[in-house]
Amino acid sequence: MNGIARSMLTTLSTFMRKPVTRDYPVVHKELPKTDRAFPLLLWDHEIDEPFCTGCHACERACPVECMTVLMKDNPNHKSLGGDSSRRKIIDKFWIDYGRCMRCNICVEVCNFEAIAMNNTWTGHETSVYDRRDLTMDLQQLLSQSRAGKINEWVPVIGQANEDPAAVKAE
Amino acid sequence: MVASRETYGTEFETQDLLLNVGPQHPSTHGVFRMVLQVDGEVVKDVIPHIGYLHRGAEKLCETMDFRQGIGFMDRTEYLAAFNAELSYVMAVEALADIEVPERAQWIRMILCELNRLSSHFMFMGAFGIDVGVFATPFIYAWKEREQILDLFEEVAGDRMMYAYFRPGGLAWDVPHNFKARVREVLKSTRIGINDFDGLLTKDEIFRTRTQGVGVISAEEAIEWGMSGPSIRASGVPMDVRKDEPYLFYDQIDFNVASRTEGDVYARYSCRMEEMWESVRIIEQCLEKMPDYGPIMPEKMPRMLRTPPGEVYIRTEAPRGEYGIYMVSQGGNRPYRLKVRSACLSNLQALKDMSVNQYVADAIIVLGSIDIVLSEVDR
Repeated sequence: MNGIARSMLTTLSTFMRKPVTRDYPVVHKELPKTDRAFPLLLWDHEIDEPFCTGCHACERACPVECMTVLMKDNPNHKSLGGDSSRRKIIDKFWIDYGRCMRCNICVEVCNFEAIAMNNTWTGHETSVYDRRDLTMDLQQLLSQSRAGKINEWVPVIGQANEDPAAVKAE
Repeated sequence: MVASRETYGTEFETQDLLLNVGPQHPSTHGVFRMVLQVDGEVVKDVIPHIGYLHRGAEKLCETMDFRQGIGFMDRTEYLAAFNAELSYVMAVEALADIEVPERAQWIRMILCELNRLSSHFMFMGAFGIDVGVFATPFIYAWKEREQILDLFEEVAGDRMMYAYFRPGGLAWDVPHNFKARVREVLKSTRIGINDFDGLLTKDEIFRTRTQGVGVISAEEAIEWGMSGPSIRASGVPMDVRKDEPYLFYDQIDFNVASRTEGDVYARYSCRMEEMWESVRIIEQCLEKMPDYGPIMPEKMPRMLRTPPGEVYIRTEAPRGEYGIYMVSQGGNRPYRLKVRSACLSNLQALKDMSVNQYVADAIIVLGSIDIVLSEVDR
């Protein structure tokens, strides 16, 4: 009987502890900046156009082939009287969130830091009624960064933390 | 044979019944189907059917370069994805002859041991349900596992599919408060393990339900190629961390939990002791881990290519020996990849363990080898 009594005591002792649950749909946990949901395209606010030049690097590196990229000549390029230095720019971009496996490889291979993983709650609450609605087009991919609602974090692969003491010594 | 008046004589001539369990049975921990041949309430034969979760991860990896394969290795063992990744990247490192910086190895060790804890918590909870202690231990386990997964999210960005270990080191560095956070998690984990000890280990009902059930002898276990806590419970103290130390396990002082009974309770208590050992290992790692330093060798190529060769790397995952056999013919992708998963070998012994047991015991025998079907089918 001792064992059963001890089990009961254990259960009783947890009554004294603080609850660990949250009222989820009402209270959202704060997400760390490393959090990865689905990839988003970033918006260059200085020139007011996307960073993405449509170079296909992410499309080729994607292990599950969830991306489709099409590029076009940039009408805003300097040679055409605009103020952008991008000769080519993204024309159409689709990401199938239903296929994406959130491995972060597209972010790593991007040469222009044009794509980032969504680290806000919008990336986690993407339920839809039809799975075709999970294919995002360029407007949907850009809108969040354009509105400035992304906690931008593009990791540099293999970079170690800097030692604050060593930095001070220099 | 149908019982007729002629045969209905001095004894009952009953017919064995084929009882289908699964593939969508809640206690099969995934999609696993077994057909039990039962005589009354006693199991006479077990016919397992595997392959419902086969995704061809090994074949897929042959078409992918080494970085792309990491994500698929996560999905072969989703409860201990760090351990699965570790085997894969270690195989690539052995092929390409890459030396991993010291700090990256310590971080790998800590994360793998934390993953072992979270996986064993999952076992405790699910096993509790199998045995019949309905939701209480499961929710307790979930609470503790949640703390560890929160830490993983801060470090690797995801809660289950991390894709964090890379050939050469780690994808990015851990947060600055990593050590403090691990200590914080360990504090709550210790309370959690104590709770389980109190809830289940000494409980008389739990003990009578599990002791002497599903016994497998050391010889049989070795013949079936079992590994991990399942074989250690049969009295074979086999642990890859001790026998063939990888990472820095040779610099760490820890014991190999082992039992001699070979029954379901031994497998349970073996895991319980292993959790305490994991806590000890992580504590020692935290002391020895340098605060700052490189996490990747300085010159890593953008696209990793390996010379031709073949390699077999094995590590101790929570369920046993997780091995990667990789053949390369040069180039940026493996020519052949074979995953040696512990669960598949452990599952083979299911028949030996559950014959002449009751049907209800066959369920806890299956639960006691802590099965993950995605690892069996890959």
